Amino acid sequence: MNEFGVKKARANFDRLKAEAAKATDALRGGARVLVGTATCGRSAGAMAVLDAFRREIEDSGVEARVLQAGCIGHCYAEPLAIVSRPGEPSLVYHHLTVVTARTVAKKLFLEDDPCLEFLLGAVDQSEIFPTLADLPRFGREQRRLLRRCGLHDPGDIMQAIALGAYAGFVRAIEIGPGKVISAVRESGLRGLGGAGFPVWRKWDACARQSDHERYIVCNGDEGDPGAFMDRTILESDPHAIIEGMLTGALAIGARRGFAYVRAEYPLAVRTLSKAADDARKAGLLGNNVLGSGFSFELTIAQGAGAFVCGESSALMYSVEGKRGMPRVRPPQSAERGLFGKPTVLNNVKSLASIGPILEEGPERFASVGTAGSKGTAVFALAGKIVNAGLVEVPMGTTLRELIFDIGGGIPKGKRFRAAQIGGPSGGCIPESLLDTPVDFDALRAAGAMMGSGGLVVLDEDNCVVETARFFLEFTQAESCGKCTFCRIGTRHMLDILTRITTGNGRLEDLSLLDELGREITDGSLCGLGKTAPNPVVTTLRFFRDDYEAHIQEKRCPARTCRDLMSYYILPERCARGCDACVGSCPTEAIYTDEKRRIKVIDQALCVKCESCVLACPHQYDAVRRISPVRDVPPSAPKPQKKA
Amino acid sequence: MRREATIIIDGKEATAEDGSRLLWAILDAGIWIPNLCAIRGVEPPHGGCRLCWVEVEGPAVSKVEGPAVSKVEGPKKPVTSCTRPVKDGMVVRTRSEGVDRLVRAGFEMLLSTHRLDCRVCPGNRRCGLQDIARLRKIPLRGKRLDKIEPDFPLDESRPELGINPNHCILCGRCVHACHVEVKKGIIDYVSRGLRTHVGTFDGAPLNTQGCGDCVRCAQVCPVGAIYLRKRAAD
Repeated sequence: MNEFGVKKARANFDRLKAEAAKATDALRGGARVLVGTATCGRSAGAMAVLDAFRREIEDSGVEARVLQAGCIGHCYAEPLAIVSRPGEPSLVYHHLTVVTARTVAKKLFLEDDPCLEFLLGAVDQSEIFPTLADLPRFGREQRRLLRRCGLHDPGDIMQAIALGAYAGFVRAIEIGPGKVISAVRESGLRGLGGAGFPVWRKWDACARQSDHERYIVCNGDEGDPGAFMDRTILESDPHAIIEGMLTGALAIGARRGFAYVRAEYPLAVRTLSKAADDARKAGLLGNNVLGSGFSFELTIAQGAGAFVCGESSALMYSVEGKRGMPRVRPPQSAERGLFGKPTVLNNVKSLASIGPILEEGPERFASVGTAGSKGTAVFALAGKIVNAGLVEVPMGTTLRELIFDIGGGIPKGKRFRAAQIGGPSGGCIPESLLDTPVDFDALRAAGAMMGSGGLVVLDEDNCVVETARFFLEFTQAESCGKCTFCRIGTRHMLDILTRITTGNGRLEDLSLLDELGREITDGSLCGLGKTAPNPVVTTLRFFRDDYEAHIQEKRCPARTCRDLMSYYILPERCARGCDACVGSCPTEAIYTDEKRRIKVIDQALCVKCESCVLACPHQYDAVRRISPVRDVPPSAPKPQKKA
Repeated sequence: MRREATIIIDGKEATAEDGSRLLWAILDAGIWIPNLCAIRGVEPPHGGCRLCWVEVEGPAVSKVEGPAVSKVEGPKKPVTSCTRPVKDGMVVRTRSEGVDRLVRAGFEMLLSTHRLDCRVCPGNRRCGLQDIARLRKIPLRGKRLDKIEPDFPLDESRPELGINPNHCILCGRCVHACHVEVKKGIIDYVSRGLRTHVGTFDGAPLNTQGCGDCVRCAQVCPVGAIYLRKRAAD
């Protein structure tokens, strides 16, 4: 790349950008409907809503474009649509159905009725409508990584360019590889895949290698239960990732890159493949990118369905077509990685952060966050939380703000119990530590870790022992089997936890769990094994009472461990005449007490399927869970059938 | 360029090639430490059995790309010697409370899923596990962990050798031999979690897979998991 190439790239990009601006202006000039059709929207029925908008607009003869967009993060309110008309504020409608979508389309476009009953808010400030900024989460959110998510059609590269995509990369061409690395260094960006390793140091180490065949790899093998940040970015703003990879490749001198995406994310694979094709056609990928003389080819590799393939060395083996098993370090990937060549591997979110760092300057990126963790963090809020979805907050925001102010707290007025942060490698944080800031080092000190950003909220109906058991069952089943401690040690821990949750625990099990946890952390080969005991170790530390209740009293405080609880119909709440529970019971365990005419559960027949709880009409709410089992009051015996 | 490094192992001075893996330097110095999966000269090493723990003082390895837990590692936490490169001036201790704790834990875990029928096992008396138990005085029947009795089927479809995954400790030597030494690639790791074992694609019998009569896998097996059937019949 020489001066001439740099100038040519700038000129070519400016032309592309002008073209994009013109194309989107034409789009913006008319009315348009953006329906959120990422996986979260689709599972809520967005494709039917999209179709309904299309048909209604066609039927009524209105001039409006109906487009597919990604996810804007309000997954709890899906299906969502953003409707804009020239000269009017853009409006967001939520929880749409085929019927409400047709109503909105008809009333808004033909009768100028904004359908306030379906409105979530206006995108921009408005005097007439409530705005999204009035929602509590918007005051605290700072959307940088997710800056374009949900606001454009990811299948149209022109819209992405008009909204700023690839501008950072062109800036990188102008300043050159050395300054790109120092800009990333100044920004303080740390790997957002969970470990928090400074991104610039990987790049720098790789750029210094003597071997000139180098690779950059994007880790999109998001496998944590309850996490969906990477998927949303891949589906909603694929060009941000391609831009990040281009910039990284320029910095380290790679000519080839791989984007490793889970095969379980078919829409993400399709969206990214389409984006790569579009970029290739626009001259942003392939030989001589934008005429600059720099060449970069991107290949999309699909995951092979293993959690461990998110570990960097296992991922590289998987790309090579080998079994995904982590290898020992050293050598580090920056020295000998993919195909034995120097390789940089970055997470989807790290790569999506690169564009703005170069476009707006590293100072702006570093202006938010804490001393050790700069920028923003994306969290996937899930579990017992009112506003589930994707939020992006500055580092340093406390977990309390994240869960209660932004997430809206716990539904149905239940009590908060724990926050499981960082997936199977993370830990359970109790209420007393909710003021811990979101920061790589502070979370690690609390025994959890940032992880990739999954945050599962547990309420009083969730058993923490069972939660620990669930995560361990996951890591145990996903262990690659290579090293002794992870393969066998986690299985012993799982067996002990299963014993405890089924009422067969022994008090000495707790110290054994503790010992095994430390041994596995010290002894395992890779990060998956080293962090696998974290859910158990943290719950043992913060919720020891729960473990002891399971073992000593055979009592599950959350009343969910099946072997330690029973269902019981409260006589004073039972409506007597109503037979809803009797009909719902698959084992005919519910009968009528002959004397008092109330319904009674025969504990010997009950299989604890919970059908009666769901069947019991809301106004009676008579079926209760009781733990320990011995606390269930005696009931009248089942009447003998008359011969 | 080869550079000699002088290191101290258990108080004794020894020399080894700078950057080579520490385990070989220790074994060459005449000090035995438990190890099952390491193969001299193979890079990167397998590092799966997790038994060759030592404590290292002295110059630390520069970390270019560390895992999440790198910060927690203090200077004297035990490390696996098969993965640690030799550096001039290193001070190594092969026995300590921390080393013994991890060796014992790893050994107990291996034995907890190992079918303990030494009397009829073809690997009896030339078994890596028996050696460790004898030299480190660790009981073969640990009390701390419950036994998880393995129940893999045997493959004795070939007249020369048999595979009994119930004895396997997944050291990977046979996989390396089959893939790299004889370049056949007939056996490999199968499944994951505790079901991980060495076998053929889709569990097909060995005699349908084009397996020759090199019996290299049986020769390198440190336990009685892949064995020569003639010897078993003796």
